[in-house]
Amino acid sequence: MAELSSTREAYGKTLLALGKENPDIVVLDADLSKSTMTHLFAREFPQRFFDCGIAEQNMIGIAAGLAASGKIAFASTFAVFATARCYDQLRVCVAQPHLNVKVVATHGGITVGEDGASHHAIEDLALACALPGFTVIVPADGVETGEVIRAVADTPGPFYVRLGRPKVPEVLSRPYRFVIGRAVTLRQGFDATIIAIGTMVSRALEAAGSLAQEGIDCRVLNMSTVKPLDTDAIVQAARETGAIVTAEEHLEHGGLGSRVAQVAGQNQAVPLSFVAIKDVFAKSGTPEQLLERHGLTAAAIEKAVVSAVGRKKQ
Amino acid sequence: MERGQASAQNLESIARTLRRHIISMTAAAGSGHPGGSLSAVEIVTALFFRILRHRPSDPEWAGRDRFIMSKAHAAPLLYAALAETGYLPVAELCTLRKLDSRLQGHPDRRCTPGVEMTCGSLGQGLSYGIGVALTARLNSLDYRVYVLLGDGECDEGQVWEAAMSAAHFKVDNLVATIDHNKLQLDGWNREVMNLEPLADKWRAFGWHVVEVDGHDFPQVLAAFEEARQVKGQPTAIIAHTVKGKGVSFMENKVDFHGKAPTPEEADRALQELT
Repeated sequence: MAELSSTREAYGKTLLALGKENPDIVVLDADLSKSTMTHLFAREFPQRFFDCGIAEQNMIGIAAGLAASGKIAFASTFAVFATARCYDQLRVCVAQPHLNVKVVATHGGITVGEDGASHHAIEDLALACALPGFTVIVPADGVETGEVIRAVADTPGPFYVRLGRPKVPEVLSRPYRFVIGRAVTLRQGFDATIIAIGTMVSRALEAAGSLAQEGIDCRVLNMSTVKPLDTDAIVQAARETGAIVTAEEHLEHGGLGSRVAQVAGQNQAVPLSFVAIKDVFAKSGTPEQLLERHGLTAAAIEKAVVSAVGRKKQ
Repeated sequence: MERGQASAQNLESIARTLRRHIISMTAAAGSGHPGGSLSAVEIVTALFFRILRHRPSDPEWAGRDRFIMSKAHAAPLLYAALAETGYLPVAELCTLRKLDSRLQGHPDRRCTPGVEMTCGSLGQGLSYGIGVALTARLNSLDYRVYVLLGDGECDEGQVWEAAMSAAHFKVDNLVATIDHNKLQLDGWNREVMNLEPLADKWRAFGWHVVEVDGHDFPQVLAAFEEARQVKGQPTAIIAHTVKGKGVSFMENKVDFHGKAPTPEEADRALQELT
């Protein structure tokens, strides 16, 4: 069993380290700093931390002003509030002027669990990807999160990074070097490719392990940069494995699956299957119950792979 | 120039020039927002020609005071002021809203030198101004930030989020001027969405408030000077103005909020503004 790691803890710790290295890093939150872990930075650097209260629109505007005047502004809250609640502010004040604002949202997806549908960000990636010039990243575990946050701080421009609430199995081993826009092959294979993000990466690996015993040899790609996609890795996977399954804790439309399908369709059409949330809201429940209810499991990925492989031209 | 030295008489003359530009630009574009541009002419003239510390030849100068046009539909006024202070050639003003022009329908900081912030969706400029003002504190710089809001814009909830936080963060290098011309697109403020008591609202949110006749240069200049002396809290200047000010048939006419003058109307307006 892999070790468990928390993406938001990794975020908080990395932010604190970056704060020591770079005086231009500033952090904003909207009354959730103990959950997003920005409180670690706040405690050490109170002058560079701005709690905006429960006012996400204002937070994004202030972040834009700080960024436009030379700061590297990290703004954090839950994923539902970080996108939908302040979408126009992201659009006009961050995306259009292409400012150095890093929106790092925690509590993405339905693994938020018991808080219910209002708190489940299931469309945040679609919204973030629709903002021109935004880079969108979903780290798979704590190891990757630390590297992602460093890369994001070092790279000018607007970013959306989605983290989760629960701890996840560690799938990447140190030393790990994250490169924006480059997928990581976690398992080599030639019968089908599973392209996964975030919480679904460990499930993709689990599915690939089971499928290997049935004689299906799966490649597993961690596509942590959802925008811009690693087009080369997708096309290569399509050519070499002939079938692609995507897995994400997000709506089926507008997220990873839609974006991968676009790349495959334009370059190398192969059978596709999508493991994602259908056009519904989830309800309250434990994370595991909700993943089961919405078909976001290793078993569901296995089934999707078998379906896609079965549709390959003989 | 650092801070401008225009005399009171000069300011009146510059204001008339800016009004002429607003009429000519919107008439040439065939669209745009003359009414709310004309109402704020004295405020913007006072800022660009007397109050702001800026260098039009070096728009990125770190020490500059910042002016943010949050009521971004008054873009023609901003561009006219930028041209008359030397950020842009005056001849360029007639390209407003045309394809490939640097003068976008609503200001875009990536397109136009001197435009501090991309705005156009109302209610967002004050938050942005707070961020810029906070950087001055973090970097130990003494620049000041001036945000111009419309009164109708104060319908937006984000304005009040920003108002609350500016007072909370004690950003005393921030001035919000509200161009209170009492009209918005659907009619009088009091009929569309009552704002009053507007000054009391800003006071209640923790701001130092000054009310002025927004067309009276001595009053406007005195308000900005007073704001400079206020420590520990931001200042709101409620500038009572007339929409369409300076052109008889545009004054207090909501029709000219978002409608350009026809060529004939522009001729008549320019005759009045000689």
